[in-house]
Amino acid sequence: MIRIANGQGFWGDSPDAPVEQVRRGPIDYLTLDYLAEVTMSILQKQRSRDPEAGFARDFVDVIDRILPDLATKNIRVIANAGGLNCDSCRRAIRALGWRSGVDLAVATVSGDDVTERIDEFLGKGVEFRNMDTGEPLSTIRDRVRSASVYFGAFPIAEALAGGAQIVITGRCADAALVLGPMIHEFGWQPEEWDKLASGIVAGHAIECGAQGSGGNCQDDWETIPGLEDIGYPIAEAEPDGSFVITKHAGTGGRVTVASVTEQLVYEIGDPRAYLTPDCGADFTSFRLEQAGPDRVRCTGVRGTPATPTYKVSISYAAGFRAIGSVAYAWPDAYKKARAGARILRERLARLGLEFDAIHSELLGANACHGIAASEPSPELAAQLPEVVMRFGVRSQNRAAVERFTKEIAPLVLSGPPSVTGLGAGRPKVEEVMAYWPALIPKADVHPVVSL
Amino acid sequence: MKIRLVDIAHARSGDKGDTSNIGLIAHRPEYYGVLVEKVTVERVKEHFAGICKGRVERFELPNLGALNFLLHEALDGGGTLSLRADPQGKTLSTALLRMEIEAELPL
Repeated sequence: MIRIANGQGFWGDSPDAPVEQVRRGPIDYLTLDYLAEVTMSILQKQRSRDPEAGFARDFVDVIDRILPDLATKNIRVIANAGGLNCDSCRRAIRALGWRSGVDLAVATVSGDDVTERIDEFLGKGVEFRNMDTGEPLSTIRDRVRSASVYFGAFPIAEALAGGAQIVITGRCADAALVLGPMIHEFGWQPEEWDKLASGIVAGHAIECGAQGSGGNCQDDWETIPGLEDIGYPIAEAEPDGSFVITKHAGTGGRVTVASVTEQLVYEIGDPRAYLTPDCGADFTSFRLEQAGPDRVRCTGVRGTPATPTYKVSISYAAGFRAIGSVAYAWPDAYKKARAGARILRERLARLGLEFDAIHSELLGANACHGIAASEPSPELAAQLPEVVMRFGVRSQNRAAVERFTKEIAPLVLSGPPSVTGLGAGRPKVEEVMAYWPALIPKADVHPVVSL
Repeated sequence: MKIRLVDIAHARSGDKGDTSNIGLIAHRPEYYGVLVEKVTVERVKEHFAGICKGRVERFELPNLGALNFLLHEALDGGGTLSLRADPQGKTLSTALLRMEIEAELPL
């Protein structure tokens, strides 16, 4: 049995979680997931300003804190912190080792960044059609900023077999970070679909950090103990593919069939065909059972053969947006907020500004659930102590969005009364990225493992 | 009798591009059949009218006592583009739990 821990569910997750995972109990592998679609566009911006940037800097701080523990406890780390610049990330990590007089074995898995190779692939006949809409890439080709292939777990296993203590990857399937060590330790082969799929399900259960161990959990949430000291999830994997999801003893949170199930249904599509680079996983095949306090056992995962393609995520510039907010207080907070939104819309129309989207919502009334929540009743609306009116616009035209940002503050003195600008100045104009999911034949692109 | 989903199920939602996924999980195995019968694609589409501009798909996971819904074109263009306070639809899970169904529970 090997213990594979998750210490980071996304870039911006708790900087202490990886430290707790290595110090509060036994683990063999620490996996850290830094990359989301949003993250890739931030990394792309950073790299365009500085060719040495484009990776998750926080990862360097994490390794700095846990380096002594990794050595004494023989823990290996797998992180997709390389982002768009695995080489720079590796240099930063190796430099940490040198300071302590250690030559760290750091491997990278790269080759996923195909931003500069798009035309080469288009020339070969790879169409990069949008998986959702079927449109050809030509509709956005001139706006493409980055393109990353999702690789699988075998290159990670290869890096571990080569002796790496730290494996840094670029884009790969999130669950591959967890499946990689299982392939390495148990010698699983590329066509052992059921075992590979077991690793994917285990990876899915822990890849979002504490969301797999009682965080953000609807099931009787008030009774979940110790969320201020929540233990991040750990998969105890067996060579036959079965595994137990758990967390370190003495930490907060809760691991029950209900809490694990919530995570397993998170961000899946057709549960019979959860496709990854290494296999398909059938989420209707397995069984979960409570195997002790904070221990959930999973058995019977069935897999299906891998497809001949990798997924590619292409980011492209999609215009500009700005969002501003003001708060209206009782009496008539709800009515005032509605009036404020109407006045802003009319101001924008008078200015002759055109936008791809204008959106206003009333926080404190029905912003999150929108129409499903319906409007508050007149009695309730009259009672609301305050309502935040949040107003956003999006356009291909930066100047129009800039002009909009100058309309929020005047509303405080020229609109309905008892209102505050919330201490925020003019909203900032941001460039926004959109994502274009596509496929590429596996024969056309190969992961590069370097140790 | 009239039942609100929040009393017999829990849920979690996430995003993939402009598609929201909502996993709906029965609090007890015996309630799963009620969810299958009552929480139909049509009801969910109607419940999220104005939020979900595309189609709704439903998948069954009897092993987990859960249904998975995909709400296409439900996130104002997707997490990075959206102007909403909840750009990734993280709270659409509990929006679904507001739904009322007419059902007899197998008690």
